[in-house]
Amino acid sequence: MSQMDAERDGMLEIEEARLEHQTDEGAQEMRAIHRDVVIGGGVWPEDDETMIINMGPQHPSTHGVLRVMMELDGETVLRAAPVIGYLHTGMEKTGEELTYVQGATNVTRMDYLAPLSNELVYSLAVERLLDVDVPPRATWIRMFMVELNRISSHLLFQATNGMDLGAVSMMLYGWRERELVLRYLEKVTGLRMNHNYIRPGGVAADLPDGWDDDVLELLTIVERGVNEYAELLNENPIWVERTVGVGKITTEEAIALGATGPILRSTGFPWDLRKAQPYLAYDDVDFDVVFGENGDVYDRYIIRLFEILESVKIVRQCVEKMPPGDYRVQDRKVTPPPRARIDESMEALIHHFKLFTEGFRVPAGETYVAIESPRGEIGCYLVSDGSGKPVRLHIRGPSFYNLQSMEAMVPGSFVADAVAIISGIDPIMGEVDR
Amino acid sequence: MADDSTREEIHEDGAPEPPARPSDEVAAALLDRFPAAVFHESHGQPVVYVERDAWHDVAAYLRDEEQFTQCMDVTVVDHLVDAERVVIPGVAPERFEVVANFLSHPRNRRIRTICEVPADDARVASIADLYPGVNFAEREAFDLFGVDFPGHPNLVRILMPDDWVGFPLRKDDAPARVPVTFKGDPAPR
Amino acid sequence: MGLDQLPHNFLTARLEDVVRWGRRNSVFPATFGLACCAMEMMATGAPHYDQARFGMEVFRASPRQADLMIVAGRVSQKMAPVLRQVYDQMVEPKWVISMGVCASTGGMFNNYALVQGVDQVVPVDVYVPGCPPGPETLLHGILTLHEQIRTGELLKRRGRTMHGGAGIRIEQFDGIPSHVQPIRPVSKSA
Repeated sequence: MSQMDAERDGMLEIEEARLEHQTDEGAQEMRAIHRDVVIGGGVWPEDDETMIINMGPQHPSTHGVLRVMMELDGETVLRAAPVIGYLHTGMEKTGEELTYVQGATNVTRMDYLAPLSNELVYSLAVERLLDVDVPPRATWIRMFMVELNRISSHLLFQATNGMDLGAVSMMLYGWRERELVLRYLEKVTGLRMNHNYIRPGGVAADLPDGWDDDVLELLTIVERGVNEYAELLNENPIWVERTVGVGKITTEEAIALGATGPILRSTGFPWDLRKAQPYLAYDDVDFDVVFGENGDVYDRYIIRLFEILESVKIVRQCVEKMPPGDYRVQDRKVTPPPRARIDESMEALIHHFKLFTEGFRVPAGETYVAIESPRGEIGCYLVSDGSGKPVRLHIRGPSFYNLQSMEAMVPGSFVADAVAIISGIDPIMGEVDR
Repeated sequence: MADDSTREEIHEDGAPEPPARPSDEVAAALLDRFPAAVFHESHGQPVVYVERDAWHDVAAYLRDEEQFTQCMDVTVVDHLVDAERVVIPGVAPERFEVVANFLSHPRNRRIRTICEVPADDARVASIADLYPGVNFAEREAFDLFGVDFPGHPNLVRILMPDDWVGFPLRKDDAPARVPVTFKGDPAPR
Repeated sequence: MGLDQLPHNFLTARLEDVVRWGRRNSVFPATFGLACCAMEMMATGAPHYDQARFGMEVFRASPRQADLMIVAGRVSQKMAPVLRQVYDQMVEPKWVISMGVCASTGGMFNNYALVQGVDQVVPVDVYVPGCPPGPETLLHGILTLHEQIRTGELLKRRGRTMHGGAGIRIEQFDGIPSHVQPIRPVSKSA
């Protein structure tokens, strides 16, 4: 007993020492700038008027563990620098350790609000290196699921954006509809989040019975919800005051800073990869690209609101046009055999075993595939060396680049506007830090 | 396998000479301007392997004259323990490859440039002055691989803590699996 | 924790019950959502699962006003000191729920970047499994914690472990309907 106490005391001592150790972790992100104040008659030394404050990483309105260092002159923000890395998980390193079959489980946790987009871009990259074609039903199922995911991601944006700007009831409204979408996703994929459903070769399982009736019911409820949010916020004077003209960015600035997705579209530039460089079956469905004109937070809110309705349109068309057939490619080297066959055929058993222990091999090569996730262009740069595990699995996360646009949007605004701007960027720290 | 058509040409020793004119016009123009570059088509995508010293000039050329408005991504690949590596005639393989993906909005096309970087002199010019959007990406490449980007405005660690020692994504550095014992077992850890 | 040190007799035992009842019924969680588990934690506060019925709707942003820290998500090397600092700022009595497998053991990310289990940094009272645990599992964990607070079991458990947390492990409640029986393997003659 006394040895345990002594150990515990020893641990406490070390912990106290660690806590008292001052750290300037992250200080290199923003150093004070000495400014000379000129008041007639010559140059006066700087007056210590500005203050560098720190927001986060534990903060109610930074989305996840984002830390923002801001230099303030009174209430006006002069500079803002995002400090990231608080959620760095080493997923790219883990990706080199997992087989291609397991890879989707890893990648799906990067952008955890739109996990199916991550899985899709990874699967497309692997399939391109493998040179396999996915059957049409699998393609349409993928598109169907990804658009449902886009709906749930934008609903969560409406909820958190509303809450950050003070409309706390939006939080409850947004989650109310999102919950129904998550239940539907659970019905199809088995999980509410991080589904591991879209895998190289197709999808993991076929759609369940009654999927079309259930989803049409769901879409009616979502549309009703979107109309409610529009009624609540679109012309609400407080909302308009807080978001119109806030965080303006021009198209040149956005493109130079690498921003994509709703941020780029809010500046008036209608760039959407689903239309510009169509993948899956997006050229077979009819939908519009929503874009704004002023590049402010209000435009980004409206764009995401209407994108929900566009996705609803796409999902309805998927229900009408879903082709019959296989839900995954029949190549036994890539796809596991059906479970029932394992009892009957030795070959099926061996294939199943090999696939789930060592996985399949992908010929040497490299490729970059990009799709449009709810946050912008998500890309997967995959390098393979002929073995069962990737050499390099790199995901180009849209939020990683979108966060840099903060440096163009925040200076000149107030601290409260900085919160609105960060919320409008809709960063997901999982894909920023990976 | 699934289909026989070879969209990718893997050049091995003894294979026919690479084509005289690349199929992609931007790559062709790039090769005219930078004769030391080598074109390779990778699964239907144009890739140009450029010299390390020409890296910044190539990016400037792409931005100013070929209208490649956005650099989507800059990353590094560590080929230390490759089982099999694609051999491109005319390109001397090194341990690190720095890869940049470009997108042109007006022309709606993409291109990829790759340069080989030796392990003992891991350095390539920064293109953050041309494309401010790759500021964070180059910092991440430095943080995780230790490749230096001279010319970058603020090349410090971004994902790992400031005082971290080592470059985790190098193949010989951090483990991808750490040993953990069963928690709560009576034996000391 | 003054009241807990009092020797029990008829009068103080009753008072202690009242205090424990009060503590259990108004646990304020601190906002410590890190990653995917934070989404499910917010879903637990959302209308369908509604943790407000258990008195826990109000997420206090300031740790000084919070009792419970639900570590929801993976804790990276850079975040661990921040986690410890937030924990230290909380006022006694305080509880910690480690939500999800990444917080409990490092989860599927067994590498250089994550702290392999948040109990290396703070004492954990309840481990909630799942990746991510659905709202039902999280509620099960929260209600377990509440029950332990109400009966005083929690403090007794803490006294017995080395790291200072109760270390209660619970079952996962998502996706397993209770009426489904496990399939027994039938031995084959072939």
